[in-house]
Amino acid sequence: MFGLFKKFKEGFSKTVSSIAAKTRGLFGGRKIDAASLGELEEALYTADFGVETTTEILAEIKKAYGKDKDLQGRQAAEIGAAVLRRVLAGSEGTLEGAALRGEGTPSTLNALRGERSAPELADGAAEKKPIVIAMIGVNGSGKTTTAAKLGWKLKQDGRTVTLAACDTFRAAAVEQLKSWAQRLDLEIVASHTGADSAAVAFDGWQAAKARERDYLIIDTAGRLHTKSNLMEELAKIRRVLQKHDPSAPQHRWLVVDGSLGSNSIEQAKVFHQHFGLTGLVVTKLDGTSRGGALVGIYRQLKVPIYFLGLGEQPEDLQPFSIENYAKAVFGLDS
Amino acid sequence: MFESLTDKLGQALRNLRGVGKLSDENMADALKEVRTALLSADVHFKVAREFTERVQAQCVGQEVTKSVTPGQQVVKIIHDELVRLLGEGTTQLSGARPLKIMMVGLHGSGKTTSTAKLGKLLKKRGYRPLVAACDVYRPAAIDQLEILARQEELGFYADRNSKDVPAIGVAALTAAQTATADCIIFDTAGRLQIDADLIEEVKKLRARVQPDEVLLVVDGALGQEAVNVAKTFHDALSLTGLILTKLDGDARGGAALSIKSITGVPIKFVGTGEKTGDFEVFHPDRLASRILGMGDVVSLVEKA
Ligand SMILES: Nc1nc2c(ncn2[C@@H]2O[C@H](COP(=O)(O)OP(=O)(O)OP(=O)(O)O)[C@@H](O)[C@H]2O)c(=O)[nH]1
Ligand SMILES: Nc1nc2c(ncn2[C@@H]2O[C@H](COP(=O)(O)OP(=O)(O)OP(=O)(O)O)[C@@H](O)[C@H]2O)c(=O)[nH]1
Ligand SMILES: [Mg+2]
Ligand SMILES: [Mg+2]
Repeated sequence: MFGLFKKFKEGFSKTVSSIAAKTRGLFGGRKIDAASLGELEEALYTADFGVETTTEILAEIKKAYGKDKDLQGRQAAEIGAAVLRRVLAGSEGTLEGAALRGEGTPSTLNALRGERSAPELADGAAEKKPIVIAMIGVNGSGKTTTAAKLGWKLKQDGRTVTLAACDTFRAAAVEQLKSWAQRLDLEIVASHTGADSAAVAFDGWQAAKARERDYLIIDTAGRLHTKSNLMEELAKIRRVLQKHDPSAPQHRWLVVDGSLGSNSIEQAKVFHQHFGLTGLVVTKLDGTSRGGALVGIYRQLKVPIYFLGLGEQPEDLQPFSIENYAKAVFGLDS
Repeated sequence: MFESLTDKLGQALRNLRGVGKLSDENMADALKEVRTALLSADVHFKVAREFTERVQAQCVGQEVTKSVTPGQQVVKIIHDELVRLLGEGTTQLSGARPLKIMMVGLHGSGKTTSTAKLGKLLKKRGYRPLVAACDVYRPAAIDQLEILARQEELGFYADRNSKDVPAIGVAALTAAQTATADCIIFDTAGRLQIDADLIEEVKKLRARVQPDEVLLVVDGALGQEAVNVAKTFHDALSLTGLILTKLDGDARGGAALSIKSITGVPIKFVGTGEKTGDFEVFHPDRLASRILGMGDVVSLVEKA
């Protein structure tokens, strides 16, 4: 556990240091007072926690302060972390399971399929291959990069993976995923720009099935949630896949740019309405943003968070951990 | 949400109806609503506070117009102040020939797309633009720019065998001269403001090509990080303008106010779609209404 936290914290270090720097006086040995409460409010807002979560954390700390005027910064930080733990309870996507940490127990496959009981695994795995993971989201959020990183991670873990280049719209989107596939030696099914994205998904599924691959990862074109015709295109991809396997795509992940503000909550709501999200990946948290919007999204939708993107390299995709996130945000060490 | 700001202000200022003046006391609740509204539009915490204080100073002592609610009147004052702030500076580009423009920003903000969009716009204005591929990191970044350049019939320069970004920039200038291009737009890689090596790289590129414009390309939905981003990019590169992208969505765009307040750099263009034609000169009044989540109130008050 400690090792994992350390790794997480390294990736998240700028985030940690930036928020911790702001609140060092506050979360150190110092006693809480009106001024430090003001600083805390600022730190929470600037972490993109939004009005609701900020108000909630502040209220709890103020309540504790009302009871105990000698409340120390460290205790306030603990309270804040506790609120995050409570709000985020249940938010860890189970892909974080053992296999992705290199232990390779069967429960990972189970977890991936959303079936938590081990006995069903063996049969289910053969029957339902490939498991389809679709990456969706607004423009530039990190879908293509995440598809490549995830493919690499699964491959490291001994799984077989096919990528499907279903962004047939954006200039060089196909070339981008192809280039990743080549670099990471991943199998890819692609057509050309302008091709029917649902047809590529269909081909991808057939190829993955014929080759008995464990996973099919589908990269889709970026689309703003406000464009209903583009949302319809996603539905079409889904319908086509379901001709093969009614449960596909088993995973429908929204890839969210962690540096965005409150609009990401709106994005998540609309994608959820149209596509029934099963998971989130929050990217670009190697910057100084604290990705507080993920808390807002989880509050609203209760869709689990599987991974955080902490850089542009394949290994920069890390399992989401509530504990690590809560501690990192409040500068608490384990 | 902010749609109800007018209502909320109305409530906060109800006992003021038909009475006289806005004062510190009767404004306090209303300003709290204003601040909350700005925060939920992703305006930076400190910027929201400063802005609210300034608006308060302007409101106090004003007579309440009889025909509108005090809430609407306050919204109008806020709106006007926002327009003033957002609209400071010119949307014009430098008149230099050749005109050298560098695009910089975070990952995925829309630099490459905006490079093509701006090229298209300038071509329409009579320039002969050439776009230069200075992103040597993102897979297929060069292909992306090349495809867009071909599509818009813009000059294009890339060196697929080099990773030396400043040298690529210089070579692009020579290529532009040979091709008699009179406007060169440099597309650069996405980079975090805290990535010292990559900031150093783009500083070197700037020093070598001496651009007339350095435009920061920012996602319209950017959150509180906007302030850190703007500060570092501005310190490192002396920005001359901003491009705000993806405004075809429903993000309220509060980050633009943060960046404007921090850097003072004018907002020049907005991106309103994925196609190269979806690009407009910036209008402060539209963005102000957007940040405030309303439009009608202003015209209503204007008529009153
Ligand atoms: N720093 C950082 N950059 C990232 C991360 N994930 C993706 N990126 C970068 O963000 C940019 C956009 O990533 P893409 O994967 O192309 O995003 P996309 O969602 O596929 O974009 P569209 O297909 O155009 O909608 C690229 O420059 C990536 O290298 C991350 O976790 N950290
Ligand atoms: N809807 C919409 N999409 C946009 C707009 N501007 C750019 N995009 C899309 O946003 C995504 C990212 O755009 P790029 O131009 O690749 O962004 P970039 O800043 O060059 O990305 P990196 O080079 O990876 O840092 C693409 O899917 C674009 O089509 C816009 O104004 N509206
Ligand atoms: Mg993509
Ligand atoms: Mg680019």
